[in-house]
Amino acid sequence: MSRFFHRKLSVLPSIIALVVAMAYLALILHVETQSMIIALLTGGAISFFLASRFDLVSMVRQSYSAHERVMDILTALAVVAVSAVYHENSFVLFMMATVLVYVIACLGLNLQFGYAGMLNFAGAAMLGVGGYTAALLGNGQIQTIFLLPLGGLAATIIGSILLPPMLRTHGHYSAVITIAFNLLFTTFLEVYSGFGGTQGLPVVSMSLFNFNFNEDWQLGSFQIAFYANYFLLGFVLTIIVMTVVRRIERSWIGLSFDAVRLDEISSPCFGVDIALWKAIAFMSGNFIIGLAGAFYALMLGYIAPTNFSFSDSLILVTIIILGGLGSIWGIVLTAAIVIILPEKLQAIQEYRFLLYAVVVTLVLLFRPGGLLPRVPRIYLPGWRP
Amino acid sequence: MTSTAQVLLSCRQVSKRFGGVVALDHLDLEIGRREFFGMIGPNGSGKTTFFNTLTGIFPLTSGSFIYDNQDLTNASPQQVCRAGISRTFQRSRVCLGLSIFDNLMIGNHISLDRGIWSNLINRSALYHQIDEMAERARLLLKTFDPKLAGRMYELVSNQPMIDRRRIEICRALISGPRLLLLDEPSAGMTDREMRELMNNLLEVKARIGDLTIILIEHEMKIIERVTDRCAVLNFGRKICEGTYSSVVENSDVQEAYLGSKNARRR
Repeated sequence: MSRFFHRKLSVLPSIIALVVAMAYLALILHVETQSMIIALLTGGAISFFLASRFDLVSMVRQSYSAHERVMDILTALAVVAVSAVYHENSFVLFMMATVLVYVIACLGLNLQFGYAGMLNFAGAAMLGVGGYTAALLGNGQIQTIFLLPLGGLAATIIGSILLPPMLRTHGHYSAVITIAFNLLFTTFLEVYSGFGGTQGLPVVSMSLFNFNFNEDWQLGSFQIAFYANYFLLGFVLTIIVMTVVRRIERSWIGLSFDAVRLDEISSPCFGVDIALWKAIAFMSGNFIIGLAGAFYALMLGYIAPTNFSFSDSLILVTIIILGGLGSIWGIVLTAAIVIILPEKLQAIQEYRFLLYAVVVTLVLLFRPGGLLPRVPRIYLPGWRP
Repeated sequence: MTSTAQVLLSCRQVSKRFGGVVALDHLDLEIGRREFFGMIGPNGSGKTTFFNTLTGIFPLTSGSFIYDNQDLTNASPQQVCRAGISRTFQRSRVCLGLSIFDNLMIGNHISLDRGIWSNLINRSALYHQIDEMAERARLLLKTFDPKLAGRMYELVSNQPMIDRRRIEICRALISGPRLLLLDEPSAGMTDREMRELMNNLLEVKARIGDLTIILIEHEMKIIERVTDRCAVLNFGRKICEGTYSSVVENSDVQEAYLGSKNARRR
């Protein structure tokens, strides 16, 4: 690791990796035949394995973090470029926007689970609180953009009901409380007719400054599918949330979360208030998940209890574990894999949980830190002590 | 015994029971300011329990702790920390997955600016504090080992055992405590490493001036060399207290360690 700090790496490896990754993403999104997809996936998995085997992955990451500001901008532009390729393809844009929803939600969950160590299996319930808030409050009276923070706020408030029991318990016991909450949440939605029961609720479409998000539009001679609007809004939200979470990680706040996760016995002896930091992590994480939920609902246009079941919580947790606990780029990578894979590979749709189980087991066995493990904290961009 | 004006910590009739087990039995202790105080005793004699009750990890069954005119009986670990008491743990409890610097900063928690504004929005104050803290951490590490200071941003999991102990002691020292509790820092070290560590400690103590240390230790040579006074515990009771030379002469102590001559009386 000392190398990491002392040698200034060239920007080239990260640019090449970015181009390769984006080309791969565009290709996966483009290809339709099952055999081609399987070939691409196998190729991708093998190249990633080889690249990490020969330390190429860590080299790219070092190069990226040495030129972080430039690379962040380039990555953002590259993602927009890939979406521009599919400007007419509603299905692909919808899929990419869904990936962003999961990225945002997992960034929230990451504050709780990845940093503060609070295993939360109620992630989907918090998504649901945000979604139902948007559905119930979105009646034309409120500017739809305000539904996003309101969804976050609702998730924070309802989530804080869980805090007293979670602070009294530790580890798995506290996780069981969240499982119970998620199960109760979906059951409640199914039986309570005020919220549409199993049928669910329609959600207003997003509009901003009289611009309706649910309408296709023209850019010169290009026809833009309306899901591009949602994708772009989701992309802006992702950038904001990612910046906040990254700043949290690289600050004394992130360090305090780490102290809480790593040692609940010794940390209080240095003045770390475990309950306070857990509450902060849990509430801010739920805010972000609720925000993602409200956005998801506005994009879907219709929500039902099945969108927010316990198995969706499992997907959120899976993304975090596969990506690497506390690793922001890990979340981005695995969210893309976990969402896009079953959509492209129709054959595994029904078996996806079986597949996730196998993949999580394999990753934990052979790459316990996750696909892109978290790197030691760098407090300042380009910080070289 | 030091005069009352100089007493930093006084423990009165301190008792701790775990169910039927009496871990501490009406322990009376007075520790003077700037003293280097040793605690010895066979395994299970209540030394670590004494630290754990003093630092608020376990509540006391009865008795009281008065520290620098404050009542710290059953105070929370955070209150104890704010009062200026810091400690290390018997089984070294450093955070292996974090860098040395991060570990030290956890020890420095109470003096870090944890506000939302400076941490998330306008970070220039944070950057300034990070630089300042890095300098402080480097200076402290340098006292123990200059090479360790050079490796400040490496993960603790890559450091050898002796350095982990040093890091743990530095983590306890960086917040500038006035009472330092060391729980068997020598465990798992060679004689030479231990001598080095003790020299470093004496050096730091002399430099800080107003620092009192309570040391739990099995190694008699260390107690002899560094402590001003020491107490011997057995089955939660204090069986003897005084300078090292007076303690080793005591027949109760000899009995506790070597067993009694006339079979087992207990």
